[in-house]
Amino acid sequence: MSAIRRRHPALTAGKYAALAFYLLFALFPLYWLLKIAITPDALIFSEGTRLFPSDVTFTNFSTVIFQTDFLAYFGNSLIVSLGTAFLTTMFAAGAGYAFSRFVFKGKRIIIAVMLITQMFPLLMIIAPIYKIVADLGLLNSLTSLIIVYTAFNIPFATFLMQSFFDGIPKDLEDAAMMDGCTRFQALRKVVFPLTLPGLGATLGFVFTAAWSELLFALMLISKNDAMTFPVGLLTFVSKFSVDWGQMMAAGVLALVPSCLFFIFIQRYLVQGLTSGAVKG
Amino acid sequence: MIDRTTENVMPGATRARRSLYLQYLVEPFLYLSPAIILIGAVMMVPLIIGVSYSFQAIDLLRPFDSGWVGLENYAELWGDRKFWLALENTAFWTFWSITFQFLLGLGLAMLLNTQFYGKKLFQALVFLPWAVPTFLSALTWAWLFNPVIGPLPHWLAALGLLSEPYNILGDPALAMWGPITANIWFGVPFFAITLLAALQSIPGELFEAAEVDGATPWQTFTKITLPFLAPMIAITVMLRTIWIANFADLIFVMTGGGPANSTQILSTYIFTTAFRKLDFGYASTIAVALLLILLIYAVILLWLRKKLVKI
Repeated sequence: MSAIRRRHPALTAGKYAALAFYLLFALFPLYWLLKIAITPDALIFSEGTRLFPSDVTFTNFSTVIFQTDFLAYFGNSLIVSLGTAFLTTMFAAGAGYAFSRFVFKGKRIIIAVMLITQMFPLLMIIAPIYKIVADLGLLNSLTSLIIVYTAFNIPFATFLMQSFFDGIPKDLEDAAMMDGCTRFQALRKVVFPLTLPGLGATLGFVFTAAWSELLFALMLISKNDAMTFPVGLLTFVSKFSVDWGQMMAAGVLALVPSCLFFIFIQRYLVQGLTSGAVKG
Repeated sequence: MIDRTTENVMPGATRARRSLYLQYLVEPFLYLSPAIILIGAVMMVPLIIGVSYSFQAIDLLRPFDSGWVGLENYAELWGDRKFWLALENTAFWTFWSITFQFLLGLGLAMLLNTQFYGKKLFQALVFLPWAVPTFLSALTWAWLFNPVIGPLPHWLAALGLLSEPYNILGDPALAMWGPITANIWFGVPFFAITLLAALQSIPGELFEAAEVDGATPWQTFTKITLPFLAPMIAITVMLRTIWIANFADLIFVMTGGGPANSTQILSTYIFTTAFRKLDFGYASTIAVALLLILLIYAVILLWLRKKLVKI
């Protein structure tokens, strides 16, 4: 509607200035990360605040990949994040389906409990979880992280999946069930293919969340060979706080999977965040 | 699975009626049970245990000194200067983070609600910070504030805001602005996305009518946009405030609560007490206090919303 509206030239100029501001604000920190990562060590200090390095190198990346444990951290994080994403999406799809299609006793209570889990400080349960995990002998295991992250992410993912199921007409399943499918068959053959984009988006959201979790991973993992990427990077930073180029190269590498998933889930962002934040 | 047991019914015939009882009482729980079991075991049970910890002495470094102590932890908390400082810092951190996130997010949402060339790409790029892992945003901003490799101190000094290019993360008077900046950067996309969804739900005819009646852009904004967004703003700000008050990652990575506890907020205080001191009893006490404060806040806000927004 505003395309036709005649605008004051100052207003248009202001708008483009604002656009430029947001773009710079969003991208500059990431650009700087990349810039330091590709600046040769010798130039980092002498060219402190230059916007473009006068020389470019990729040795920081090869050092990080081949001479440190980062590949192992990366692998651990990948296992944890993928495991969490798949388990969460599966369970959340079930729960979201139940919320979307059934009216049953206790529904309101369960929804309320799920909302409460989004509110209370998660750090509140960091001590009990540490003790439980320790008593089970699961400290320093990726399994414990996957279980904990899965539980943390189920409520949000459930509301997200519910909003996707709500978007699929109920008549489709009714028709399938009329034709002799059981509800589970109708779910598998009719509803499931239609929710694939929703399942994908949920996978992406949960993967991103699990990939960036730091505090519980710090608490539950102390052995080097079970460290996830955030824990590994933080340990690296506190140990070798002068290897700027390498640290930032590692940072850029940590960014890659999130960015890939981001490109993928970008389309669902509005639906996802609003359903998670406001529903209920 | 339950349907297997009713499989011997003629296809299509009376299954619907026969399994009505099962369908409406048991079946939903088959789909729900993994989620319920996990949430119960990993979140609700530890939550109750956590509350019980606050009445016990549980210090992993002094394993023989444990047991029920009643309200001793709470008495200690009441006299703990660090706790009150952290409470003050939590308010400061939350207030400024949310204010800037909201204002910048609203601005971005309104920009994205207009037409311009390359909008899709622009939207993808400005939302990118949301996808950056928090530990990485924290490290990136910590590096940007470092005068050795980051440009920010030099720019701030050139603008006259700093007397010389030093690291504000090491200055007790300014340190909190470091994590707040990182938080704003990270949180603007969230507000923009939420508000954009709300903006797009405002009927376009309203704007057209306003234009026909010769309303100025400012009038349109205050008389149409804001009132329509108000309920969404209220609920988003409320949820986000709770989330930010609980959000410890950025501060923990950037300053660890220092220097001299000037950036210690309640959630980082909980984490450092549990993680570094292994004093689980006291950490849980702080956590319960934080939970109560947030509860009171939520109740007040819900009450205000009921009073102010008549929907």
